[in-house]
Amino acid sequence: MCRTVDLHQAVLAKNDTNAVELRRTLDDRGTTAVNLMSSPGSGKTALLEALLTRAVAGGTPAAAVTADLATENDATRLARSGAPVQQILTDGLCHLEAGMLRGKLEGWLPGGTRLLFVENVGNLVCPASYDLGETLRIALASVTEGEDKPVKYPAAFGLAHLVVITKTDLADAVEFRRDDFLSGVQQVNPGVPVIETSARTGEGVDALLAHVLRAADGRETHTPVLARQHEKHLHHHDTPSAEHSHAPAGTPR
Amino acid sequence: MHELSIALAVVDQVDTALRERGAERVPVRSLTLRVGELSGVVPEALDFSFGVAAEGTALADARLLIETVEGRARCEGCGRDTATGMPPDLWCGACEQAMSLTGGRELEIARVVLEDLEIRQGDDVPEASHVPHR
Repeated sequence: MCRTVDLHQAVLAKNDTNAVELRRTLDDRGTTAVNLMSSPGSGKTALLEALLTRAVAGGTPAAAVTADLATENDATRLARSGAPVQQILTDGLCHLEAGMLRGKLEGWLPGGTRLLFVENVGNLVCPASYDLGETLRIALASVTEGEDKPVKYPAAFGLAHLVVITKTDLADAVEFRRDDFLSGVQQVNPGVPVIETSARTGEGVDALLAHVLRAADGRETHTPVLARQHEKHLHHHDTPSAEHSHAPAGTPR
Repeated sequence: MHELSIALAVVDQVDTALRERGAERVPVRSLTLRVGELSGVVPEALDFSFGVAAEGTALADARLLIETVEGRARCEGCGRDTATGMPPDLWCGACEQAMSLTGGRELEIARVVLEDLEIRQGDDVPEASHVPHR
């Protein structure tokens, strides 16, 4: 007596469509977006400040958008690099969505920007579900957070094109078990490259910038196992949805 | 906890889909979501958020049915097909190669079941006469 409508639509179809459009727009402008995600306190901002400073010094036009629930502290810190920086205040929202990023970029992103770093909200759960139109997604963890971070947050680390370890200058002090961390990374994201960095000593910052620039030059990035099925499903909303009725004729459509 | 955002996206999409079919005023009896074990979405949190997101919409009285989909992977080397577990293990130790994901990332609206408007419009027809779809 009632009617069933088969939809088979990806729940995040709207965000995914926005992300695809944003990626195309950025491509047309010659801009490569890099999405940085980690838990709060992993040292994202310090590392990003170091990266921006190197990029600017090396003549690479780079810009950054940083997202937080509240305060503009991170934008103030990042602006010290000399790169253009914008703060997104999410008003309590735990993640960025592609439409929010696009809104921030419109009318602001300086022409000729080669690298656009997007510092996501400090959170390893929710941001993982949202494509922001990035070419490179980086999941970061500091040596002080424990070796099991990648297996505790498999979506964040499993969908990353690159994993970055931060605060390596503290590794000995906290007896960081590097091999355990790396085996966790390989379990959830086999083959993903890992770069070890310290914003304090400068270790790995050049290697990281070089990796990002290679991606910007069109070099193929790592494809995570988790992303492959995901991509297939992103296209679900493109297929026509079936509809079948269990109601007698005459039921309003 | 992004399940509220997810729930709002679900309500918005169903609303659009019903509008496209001219059925925006037909109450939804049930809504079925397919949620993969590796989708990063917690069914319990989604269930809670859905109640909030659906308020005041055609989905307000809808039952939310969540079909969970197991994470599964296959090794192209030895052909082993297995549950990935949670956290997922996507590496085949025997073949020393990455496996291929065959399930578990689903996050989709499978279907909605609409109330029969003709019955609803007849006030004298008791609720119990609704024939469940399945």
